[in-house]
Amino acid sequence: MSDNLISVNNVSVNFDYQENFISKKQKIHAVNNINIKIKKGSFFGLVGESGSGKTTLGRAILGANKISSGNVIFHDDERDYDLTNMNKQDLKEYRKKAQLIFQDPYAALSPRMTVRDIIAEPLEVMKITNSRQETDERVRDIAAKCRLNIEHLRRFPHAFSGGQRQRISIARALVSNPKFIVADESVAALDVSIQADILNLLKQLQTELNLTYLFISHDLSVVAHVCDVVAVMYLGHIVEMGPSRELFKNPKHSYTKALLSSIPSIDPEKRSEAIELKGEIPSALNPPPGCVFRTRCPHPGVDCKGGEITMGLTEVEPGHWVDQCCVL
Amino acid sequence: MSHLLEVKNLDVKFDTDEGRIIAVENISLSLDQGKVLGIVGESGSGKSVTAKSIMQLNPGNTFYNNNAEIILDNENVLKFTSKEDLKKIRGGKVSMIFQEPMASFAPAIKIGAQMVEQLLIHKKNMNKKEAKSLSINMLNRVGIADAEKRFNQYAFELSGGMRQRAMIAMALSTMPKLLLADEPTTALDVTIQAQVINLIKDIIQEYQMGVIFITHDLGVIAQIADDVAVMYLGSVVEKGPVNKILKNPKHPYTKGLLEALPDVNNLDAPLSPIPGNIPSPLDRPTGCVFRTRCPHHNPEGKDGKIEMKLVEVEQGHWVDQCGIKCGQNE
Repeated sequence: MSDNLISVNNVSVNFDYQENFISKKQKIHAVNNINIKIKKGSFFGLVGESGSGKTTLGRAILGANKISSGNVIFHDDERDYDLTNMNKQDLKEYRKKAQLIFQDPYAALSPRMTVRDIIAEPLEVMKITNSRQETDERVRDIAAKCRLNIEHLRRFPHAFSGGQRQRISIARALVSNPKFIVADESVAALDVSIQADILNLLKQLQTELNLTYLFISHDLSVVAHVCDVVAVMYLGHIVEMGPSRELFKNPKHSYTKALLSSIPSIDPEKRSEAIELKGEIPSALNPPPGCVFRTRCPHPGVDCKGGEITMGLTEVEPGHWVDQCCVL
Repeated sequence: MSHLLEVKNLDVKFDTDEGRIIAVENISLSLDQGKVLGIVGESGSGKSVTAKSIMQLNPGNTFYNNNAEIILDNENVLKFTSKEDLKKIRGGKVSMIFQEPMASFAPAIKIGAQMVEQLLIHKKNMNKKEAKSLSINMLNRVGIADAEKRFNQYAFELSGGMRQRAMIAMALSTMPKLLLADEPTTALDVTIQAQVINLIKDIIQEYQMGVIFITHDLGVIAQIADDVAVMYLGSVVEKGPVNKILKNPKHPYTKGLLEALPDVNNLDAPLSPIPGNIPSPLDRPTGCVFRTRCPHHNPEGKDGKIEMKLVEVEQGHWVDQCGIKCGQNE
């Protein structure tokens, strides 16, 4: 049996794009040739700017986006699920085991359903429980784990604050007893004090329920705090990946370094040592050939300027992988 | 020297179907030319309402108290009622940049046309041609490449960082004395956020305006502000120079905010949330507003017998009196 829960092998996701109906069809290279292994019980972080392909990769792993090439394997206890080659029955099974928590708790909950119905819906749709009584029991059980009161269950979402709503979303995702959770910017819309509360809850549930997370975020300080392993994405590629402490202490790629230096320091005397990146992330319609970061790289080597070095990760230290362009 | 802006004893109340809501209570702030005042607090703490009062942008059901004063450039803007007077503050002496630049630009009008329109309203002696060249200059100044091309584009054609730059260019082109920035970097990526912060700092240097910078991110405050006011449920609980507040916070709420913040340089520190939720403004606690979530190091504050009042603990550093006692009993 393997230690990994998810293996992502050479996955690319492309979207077709046509500006208007007479123009030429183009391809958007949203995710390119990604290889990651997510260990059982780990908190795997995915960081990057908007447009870097974090969400697309997360959705591809859940089977919510079509994978253009490569495959994703979910290693369950008894059997492996190959996401690229799955029939309807398998997909239904997989949905019970892999769930998603969204960013905006105000948009994710239907305003016309009571909290009980919101949490119970996955059970009913997936036909996991057989009687109303059983459903109610599971709903109450998971609500208690997510620190919601029983009397909350009869109310509607508008009565709750952002943090409570996010706890409802978490309860809904966890009610089917999944093993794998994709948390897509799940704390980005919350105030800092509540953000800390939700992060602690996610951590606590991880040990209680044996969960594995893929945590997608643009906030490096949050990722540094909760994740064991972090992958940094830029324009559809992973540019650096490693154990989070190692990666944050000793970043190798110039993009990771720039991201880290851009976090505003809480110390007023330590102002602005940010390595300023010029411009913005290029369009995924025509990414620069070779190293994708070279158009914004503060120290482009002679070679990568022409884009002759292809993208590819090399292991600089055990478990710490960096794109080869920045190692040279 | 008199201050550029002085807010004195400001209360803001809203009449709603459920009753009269106190959004802001007894706030006094001041700001000098060329300085940045940061306002921090959770959502619902009244940061934006305070800023909007300066431009009288709060909705029709808003009530200000009679003894409140907002003195901008030696004039009490709360007394302004005529259209001409209001025009002087809205976009004239005061400009505002918002969190979501996509929502602040009209989607079907070219960016250039919007910039020219406001210049023609506020600068009476300017013709269209001058307004256009000034607008393009401003776009250039804030670091937008191809300013002439961008001038003729719509907001949706620009990326998030670019839109925020265009918004800043537009806000600055009328040369306001006061810039209100309401969470201008919250929707941006860290790299773009760093660019925008540096841009705002450069512009303050160049034009010597006063800036009120609203955010919930204490890191951003540390980077840009000279003074900070920490707000909770409509009241200022602590205010003073930025390094005193962040290095030596006295109020339990300020301390709580700092402890909840994840710090990359200290990964072993646990994240400690402030327990509970911010109460609804409909049932605002009497006495110290923070007492429902306070760790209660001070037993007297618990039953709301201590009134809210800021006390100066060291030069320029003001803390709510209940909070001081809490801090001492810790």
